[in-house]
Amino acid sequence: MGGQGMMGGGGRGPMGAMGRPVEKAKDFSGTLKRLLLYFVPESVNLTIVLFAAIIGTVFSIVGPKILGWATTELFNDLINIMYVRAQNQSIRQQLMQNPSLPLQLLPIPGINFDYIGRIILILVVLYVVSAIFIFMQQYLMAGVSQRTIYKLRKEVDQKLSRLPLKYFDGRTHGEILSRAVNDMDNIAFTLQQSLMQLITSALTLVGVLVMMLSISWKLTLIVMLTLPLSVFVVAGIAQRSQQYFRKQQKSLGDLNGHVEEMYTGHKIVKAFGHEAKAIAEFDELNRNLREAGWKAQFVSGIIMPLMRFVGNLGYVLVAVVGGIWAAQSSITLGDVQAFIQYSNQFTQPITQLANIANVIQSTIASAERVFELLDEQEQVPEVAQPARIPAHVGAVEFDHVKFGYSPDKILMQDMDIQAKPGQMVAIVGPTGAGKTTLVNLLMRFYEVDGGKICVDGVDITQLKRGDLRCMFGMVLQDTWLFHGTLRDNIAYGKENATEAEIVAASQAAYADHFIRTLPEGYDTVLNEDATNISQGQKQLLTIARAFLADPEILILDEATSSVDTRTELLIQEAMSQLMKGRTSFVIAHRLSTIRNADLILVMNHGTIIEQGTHEGLLAQKGFYADLYNSQFRGRSVDEAIELAQAQKLGVEELVE
Amino acid sequence: MIKLLRFLKPYQTLLVFIVLLAIAQVAANLYLPNLMSDIVNNGIAQFDTNYIRQTGVIMVVVAIGGTLCTVVGIFFASQVATSMVQTIRGELFKKVERFSLHEFDTISTASLITRTTNDTTQVQQLMVMMLSMLITAPITLVVGVILALDQDVSLAWILLAIMPILVGVIVIAASRAIPLFMVMQAKLDKLNLILDENLTGVRVIRAFNRIDQEEQRFDVANLEVTDVAIRVNQLIASLMPVMMLMISLSQVAIIWFGSQRVGAGHLQIGAMFAFMQYALQILFSLLMVALLFIMIPRAEASAARITEVLEMQPEITDPEEAKEPTGLRGVVEFQDVTFSYKGAEAPALSNITFSAQPGKVTAIIGGTGAGKSTLVNLIPRFYDIDSGHILVDGVETREMSQERLRSKIGFVPQKAVLFSGTINENLRYGKQDATEEEIRHAADIAQAAEFITKMPEGFDSQIAQGGTNVSGGQMQRLSIARALVRKPEIYVFDDTFSALDFKTDARLRAALKGETRDSTVLIVAQRVSTVIDADQIIVLDEGRISGLGTHRELMKTCPVYRGIVTSQLSATEIAEEAA
Repeated sequence: MGGQGMMGGGGRGPMGAMGRPVEKAKDFSGTLKRLLLYFVPESVNLTIVLFAAIIGTVFSIVGPKILGWATTELFNDLINIMYVRAQNQSIRQQLMQNPSLPLQLLPIPGINFDYIGRIILILVVLYVVSAIFIFMQQYLMAGVSQRTIYKLRKEVDQKLSRLPLKYFDGRTHGEILSRAVNDMDNIAFTLQQSLMQLITSALTLVGVLVMMLSISWKLTLIVMLTLPLSVFVVAGIAQRSQQYFRKQQKSLGDLNGHVEEMYTGHKIVKAFGHEAKAIAEFDELNRNLREAGWKAQFVSGIIMPLMRFVGNLGYVLVAVVGGIWAAQSSITLGDVQAFIQYSNQFTQPITQLANIANVIQSTIASAERVFELLDEQEQVPEVAQPARIPAHVGAVEFDHVKFGYSPDKILMQDMDIQAKPGQMVAIVGPTGAGKTTLVNLLMRFYEVDGGKICVDGVDITQLKRGDLRCMFGMVLQDTWLFHGTLRDNIAYGKENATEAEIVAASQAAYADHFIRTLPEGYDTVLNEDATNISQGQKQLLTIARAFLADPEILILDEATSSVDTRTELLIQEAMSQLMKGRTSFVIAHRLSTIRNADLILVMNHGTIIEQGTHEGLLAQKGFYADLYNSQFRGRSVDEAIELAQAQKLGVEELVE
Repeated sequence: MIKLLRFLKPYQTLLVFIVLLAIAQVAANLYLPNLMSDIVNNGIAQFDTNYIRQTGVIMVVVAIGGTLCTVVGIFFASQVATSMVQTIRGELFKKVERFSLHEFDTISTASLITRTTNDTTQVQQLMVMMLSMLITAPITLVVGVILALDQDVSLAWILLAIMPILVGVIVIAASRAIPLFMVMQAKLDKLNLILDENLTGVRVIRAFNRIDQEEQRFDVANLEVTDVAIRVNQLIASLMPVMMLMISLSQVAIIWFGSQRVGAGHLQIGAMFAFMQYALQILFSLLMVALLFIMIPRAEASAARITEVLEMQPEITDPEEAKEPTGLRGVVEFQDVTFSYKGAEAPALSNITFSAQPGKVTAIIGGTGAGKSTLVNLIPRFYDIDSGHILVDGVETREMSQERLRSKIGFVPQKAVLFSGTINENLRYGKQDATEEEIRHAADIAQAAEFITKMPEGFDSQIAQGGTNVSGGQMQRLSIARALVRKPEIYVFDDTFSALDFKTDARLRAALKGETRDSTVLIVAQRVSTVIDADQIIVLDEGRISGLGTHRELMKTCPVYRGIVTSQLSATEIAEEAA
C-alpha cells in the first residue's frame, strides 16, 4: 500500500516535521493574514494554480471509480460465462439422456472488450489530463512562491538599511542573520512545498470522501471507524515523539557545546593535561545523546507503519464487508475494488495534513520573527528640507551635547568641544573608554539626547545623512573590506572613480607597491575573510579609500598592534599625509601624536573627562597627567597607583 | 561510507535479525493482496460469505504480524544506528584529543567541530533511514517481481517495460536537478555573504553613503537566487506528475491486458487484482531505491570527512619508554632549534639557542610574525621541531611523556580560554586538589579577587560558554590565576598582559614577582616596559635571535632592539591599548 508522498523535496520528506517539536507563533492568525497579503499581487496566478489543483486532483480521484466499471464489466461477463457454461452443462446432460429433447446449446457469451477498451481509453485521457494540470499547478507555484520570497527578502534588506545602528549594536550578527536567512529559508520551503501539499491533501480528502459516499455510505461509515485510531496515532504518538525529540535536541546541544569548548580550548586542555577528563565527560554526554536519540528515532519511526496498519485495517474491513455484499450481489465487484483504493488514499492525506499543520506552525513562527524585524523602529527620518553647508571647511562643534545609549544611563551630560578647521584632535583613554561613542555621534549613527553637534556651523540633524557622512573619512582598526577586487574596495570611497584616481590614492597611501607585487595586482580578489592580505595591508587599503573619498574631516584609529614594524611606518606616514589640511580626530596611542595635537580629549567611561593641550593637561595634574606619568616612568608603578588613588580615581575603575 | 560500515560489526547478529524482520514485513505486505485475490476468486465468485469472513480474519492477523515485524525492526534499527554513531563519535573525539596543534591547524577547529557534531548526525540519519525504511525497498522489489512472475509471466512484461522508463525519468531529472541545486546553493551562499558583509560593514557602508549601491548589489544576488530557484522547482514540478502518471498507466495497462488473459481463461480475476497491488508496491519500492541513491551521496561527503579524521595519525605521540627528569627544577634549554609550520616555505624559527633558569625572567620581544608565540608553543611540545633539541630539566621533551612535561608548565595563552562552569572549577583546572586558600591566593595575585568577590556568587559564579559573561581583561586575569594555582616550575605568558589595561598590568606584574621567585618565567611581550626588568631578553627578528641579554646590554649591542625601543618611546602607549 504505497503512498504518493514519498518524494518530498529538499531532504525534508513528508514525514519530516511529524513528531518533532514545533515552535509556535505568538500571534498565529495575525501573522498568517499578514503573510497572505504578500500573495495579493500573485492572485491571478494563484487562482490558476488553485483551479489546476482542483482539476488535477478531481481527475485523479475519479480514476479508481471508472476503473471499477471495467472490473465490474469483466467480472459480470465472467460470471455470465460461468453461468452459461453451467447451463450448457446441464443441457448437455439432459440431451445425453434424451437426445430428442428440443434443446440447443446456448451460445457462450464473450467478454465485452469494446466496453472495457472504451473505459481504458477514458482512463488514459483522465490520467494524462490530471498529470498535465498537476504539472501546471506546481510549475506556476514555483514562480509564485519564489517571487514572493524575493520580495520579502528585498524588504528585509531595505529595512536593514533604514534601521539605526542601535539595532545592530544591540544584537549579534547571528541573531539578525538567523532571521534574514534561516527563517527566510523556512518560509521559502513552505511556500514552495507545503502550501501546495496542504491544498492537494485537503482536496484529496474531500474528494475521496465524496467518491466513497457515492459508492456506498455504509462502507464509508466502516472506513470512518478507523478514524479514531488514526487520530490516536497522530496525536498520541506524535506527542510522545516530540518529547523525545526535545530530549534528543537538548542532549545534542550539550554534546555540541562540550565539543566546541574542548576543541577551541584544545591548547589549554593539552597544557593542563585534561584530555582524559574531557573524554570521560564526552563519553557521558555521548551516552545520554544515544539514549535520547534511539528513543526519538524509534517513536517517530513507528508513526508511519502504524498509520499504514490503520490503513490496512480499513482495507481488510472493506474487503470483507464489501466482499460479502458483493457475493450477495448488493454491490458490484468494481465498486469494492474502487472503494479499496479510496480507503487507501484516505489515511494518507490525514497523515500529510497533520504533518503540514506542524510545518505551517513553525513557518508562521518564522514569519513572525521576520515581521518583527520589519516592524523595528527606524532611524529618525531625514528632514524635509535639508540644509546645505555654505562653505566646507571642516569645523566641528559639540554644543551642550547630552547622550547615553539608554535613557537611564547618560554618558555625556553637557559636552562642549570645538575643533577648528585643520586641527588635529587626539582622543585618549583606556580600552572601552567610549571612543566609538564619539564616532557614533559625529557620523550621526546615534542621535544625541540633548544639545547639538554642528559641522561648519550647521546642526547635523538638519543635513541629509548622506551629505554629512560624505564629509567624514574613517580609517579604523577594524578595517572593513568586502569580498571583491582590491580596485573595487578602494573605489568604494568614490563612485565612478577613474583608474588614475585609484592608483593615485593607492600611491598616496603607500599601498600601490604591495598591490603591484600581488600576482593579480589591482584585480586580486579578497577572499571571504580577507585573509589573503595582511592586517597592515588592509589598513593601507582603507587609507587609500579615504584618500580617494577626499573628506574634510577624518576619524583615524592609530592602533597598530598586529602590524610589523615596516608596515607600521608606512601606515604612520600615510596617515600623516592624509591628515594634512583636514580636521582630524585621532584615536591616539603614540605620544608624539598626542603631544602634537591641537586638542586632547581624555575619555573614560564613555565620556570626556578632560580636554586641553598636552601642557595644559599636565598642569591640571588630573587623569591625563596620571596616565602620562605612570606610563612614561615605567617602573614607578606604585607611585602611579598612589597618584591615581589620590585623584580618587580607583584603579579598578580603569578596568573595563 | 563503506569504511564507516566496519562500525556495524558488533551488531552483526542484530543486523541479520533486522533483515529477517524486513523480509517478514515484505512478505506480509505482499501476502495481503494474495488473500484479497482469494476473497475474489473463492469468496465473491463462489458466493461463499463464510470463506470471505475467514480470510478476513487471516488478513487482520497478517497485517498485525507485518506491523509487529516493522515495529520490532525499527526498534532494533534505531538502536543499532544510534549505537554505531555513538561509537563513531566517541572514536572521533578520542582521536581529536590526541591531536597536536598541527592537526588543528590543518583541518581547522571549526571543521573539526562540524565533523564531530553535524557530520556524525548526518550519518546517523542515513543509517536510521536505511535500516528502518529503505531496507524493505530492495526486498520488496525482488520478492515482488518474483511473485508477479509466478502469478502471470505475460503480464509481468508490463512491469519490466515500465521500470526502466521510471528509472530513466528519475535519472534524467536528477542529473539535471542536482547541478542546478548546486548552483542554487552557491547563489544562496553569495546572497548570505552579502548580507553578512552588510552587517559587519554597516558603519563603513553608511559612512561612505553606499546604502543604495549595497541594496542594488543585494538585489542582483537576490534576483539570481530567485531565478535559479524557480528553474529548479519547475524542473521538480515535472517529476512528480510524470511518475504518478507512469504508475497510473501501469495500472490501466494491467487491467487491459489482464482482462484479455482473464477472458482467455489464463488468469483468474482475483490474481489480476493481486497483480495490480504487486505492481504498486514494486514501483514505489523503485522510487525508494532511487531516493536511497540520492541520499547516499549526501551522507557520503560527511562520511568522507569523518573517515579523514579517523585515519589521521596524531603527529605527536608519547615515547615508548618515557624518561623521567630528575634533580633540576624548571630549566628550559633550546639548542639550535629550527622549526617550520607544515607546508611553509621558510622556517618559522631558525637556530634558536638559549636557556632559561629558575628564578629568572626570560622575555621574548619582536615584531609580528617574528616567531615569539611559536617559540613558547614549542616548550609544552604543542609542535615537534625540525632539528635541534629542547630540553626541560635536562631531558629532551620528546623523550618525556607529554603529561609529565606539561605538568611542569603553567601556560597562559595569548587569547584567554575559559570553560563553562564556576570560577572555582576553572581555577582548579590545573590542580584538582587545590585548597580554598590556594585558589583565593592565586586570584589575589592575578588581580582577579576583587571582581570575583563583587560577583553575586563569588567564586561559585558561573562562567558562560566562551566566557561571554566576563570582560576580556577579566578573562585574562582568570587565565593567569589558573596557571598560578598550579604552582608550576615553568611559567609561560604568551603576550598575556597586553589584554590588560596598563595599571592592572603593572600591579599584576608587581604581585607576580613574589610568586614566581623560584620558577622559570618566560614572557612574550610587545611593550618594552614589560620586558625592561627581565633577567634576559631574547630579541626575535624573522625567526632568528638577533640579540640576547639584558635591556642595558641590548641597547648597546642590538640594533633591532634599539629600533623597537626608540619606536616605542616615541610611541609609548599612553593609554592601554593593544588588542
